[in-house]
Amino acid sequence: MSDLGYNPSELLICSAARLMPDNTTAFIGTGIPMLAASLAQKMHAPNLVAIFEFGGTGAILDSLPLAVGERRSFHRAVAASGILDIVETAQRGFVEYGFLGGAQIDPYGNLNSTTIGEHDHPKVRLPGSGGGNDVGSHCWRTIAIMRHDVRRFVEKIDFITTPGYLSGPGVREAAGLPRGTGPFRVVTNLAILGYEPESKRMQLLATQPGVTVEQVVENTGFELLLADEIESNPGPSAEELRLLREEVDRDRLYI
Amino acid sequence: MKVIEEGLGPLLQPIEMDAFRASNRDKPKGMVDKIMSEAEAVRTFIHPGDYIGIELYGSVRCPMSLTREIVRQGIGDLRLAGQGVLEADLLLAAGLVKALDITYIGLEVYGVSNALRREVESGRVERCVEWSNAALAWRFKAAAMGVPFLPVRSMLGSDTLRYSAAKVVECPFTGEPLCLLPALVLDVGLIHVHRADRYGNAQIDGISGFAAELARASKQLLISAEEIVPTDQIRATPEKTIIPYYLVDAVVEAPFGSHPGEMCYLYERDEPAIKAWVEASQEAESAQAYLEKFIYGLPDQAAYLGLVGERRLQELKAMVPGRMS
Repeated sequence: MSDLGYNPSELLICSAARLMPDNTTAFIGTGIPMLAASLAQKMHAPNLVAIFEFGGTGAILDSLPLAVGERRSFHRAVAASGILDIVETAQRGFVEYGFLGGAQIDPYGNLNSTTIGEHDHPKVRLPGSGGGNDVGSHCWRTIAIMRHDVRRFVEKIDFITTPGYLSGPGVREAAGLPRGTGPFRVVTNLAILGYEPESKRMQLLATQPGVTVEQVVENTGFELLLADEIESNPGPSAEELRLLREEVDRDRLYI
Repeated sequence: MKVIEEGLGPLLQPIEMDAFRASNRDKPKGMVDKIMSEAEAVRTFIHPGDYIGIELYGSVRCPMSLTREIVRQGIGDLRLAGQGVLEADLLLAAGLVKALDITYIGLEVYGVSNALRREVESGRVERCVEWSNAALAWRFKAAAMGVPFLPVRSMLGSDTLRYSAAKVVECPFTGEPLCLLPALVLDVGLIHVHRADRYGNAQIDGISGFAAELARASKQLLISAEEIVPTDQIRATPEKTIIPYYLVDAVVEAPFGSHPGEMCYLYERDEPAIKAWVEASQEAESAQAYLEKFIYGLPDQAAYLGLVGERRLQELKAMVPGRMS
């Protein structure tokens, strides 16, 4: 990808940053979501309220936290409280966007970050839910950031750590999850994906630069719905890359 | 209330709220000097098979000096509320954990925990009961409230709930499904704070994580503090006292007690030292060599800090933004 003038991480960060509007709240985890939130603050969303799970609300993301509770997560924040204040705020409906990741995702946006193989005798023990299940339960719209391949995009995931649309329309609500919440976008190195409103199954909305629809389909381990018009997501602009490299991640910890 | 679903996981700690009340009644209410060393605090209060919980993450305001002492004393068969990074990793790598109420054990930006993988995939950790981060903190909150459960809207519909010990009921008011989280009372809780007095009145700067809840959910509570201050200083800003003395059983003076993690406004995290564990923990043998070098082979926290070196510690202080070095 070096001939494109940016690397896959930079593409994911810029793609995710553009999905964050100004004057809204976003539950931010460590890594790419944080870089994306910082970039969004510097580009188009100076009043984006970054909310960190362990208590930071409204941090100015001048430098990058390496852990969800560290001091950069409440640097010049408007409030520093604790985890339950934050998650209860999300449970009351105050948090619009939430970012998620995982080892596997299925067509309904359910995510696995717990085990590969059978739970009680796992082949691979992954870290577990962390805040993922809380974010996926309470935020109005969640955005998953994933590397795109057939091992990660599978018809059936080994363990539903974090609920997406579960098994289809209405199932979240029937399970007792708050109404009107659920997966919104998936940002990958190959595509931007959304969910078809009727079936709640994942659909291709846009391809990343230099990627064909066929490549996206080939790298997805389930039947992928295609939007009526599939757009081309523009690559990172010169200004986005400058901010990312010179200000957001000066020390090149992530990019 | 109609029970709709029950998690498959066992309760690793029974719900005995009256026993908790009785144990709280027995705690001394007078201002008793509770200062002791890490070694004495751990030896006195933590026993094989206990259920323990540690507040915040192994890289942020975490009682690492107390954790290293548990490893040094080799107190095993522990049941652990597993929301952790380095501290949970050290206990796992030392083979001291028998069962986990787990939400997240990993190395954050550095990825999965190989210590967790080895211990769980081999079956040495016999049980993993799943929760979300907030669920575990809410379980402490239920205990802190003195009630047997709390209703929440996390975990519904997921395998996280299926492999937890939560229950889904039909809400008696709305008729909607609701997740009930069982209270979690710890045998021993461990919290590291910015300052405390000799009696255990403890104050934290910056975010408070789940310190208030865990402190109130612990039958025995061990506090380590960067600084021991006179009670008059606590009384000058009582609104900052997140943990009042009567909750506390031991107060340990532990400067750089969170190293290699950070303590906000005091010192930054020691990235190369964290990476040293990330690398050592890849394989069982190198993990043991790390434990030998930084824990078993050293008598106490002072010796550990000696190994880190005074110069490095001063650098970590000087890295705090706005601090005149």
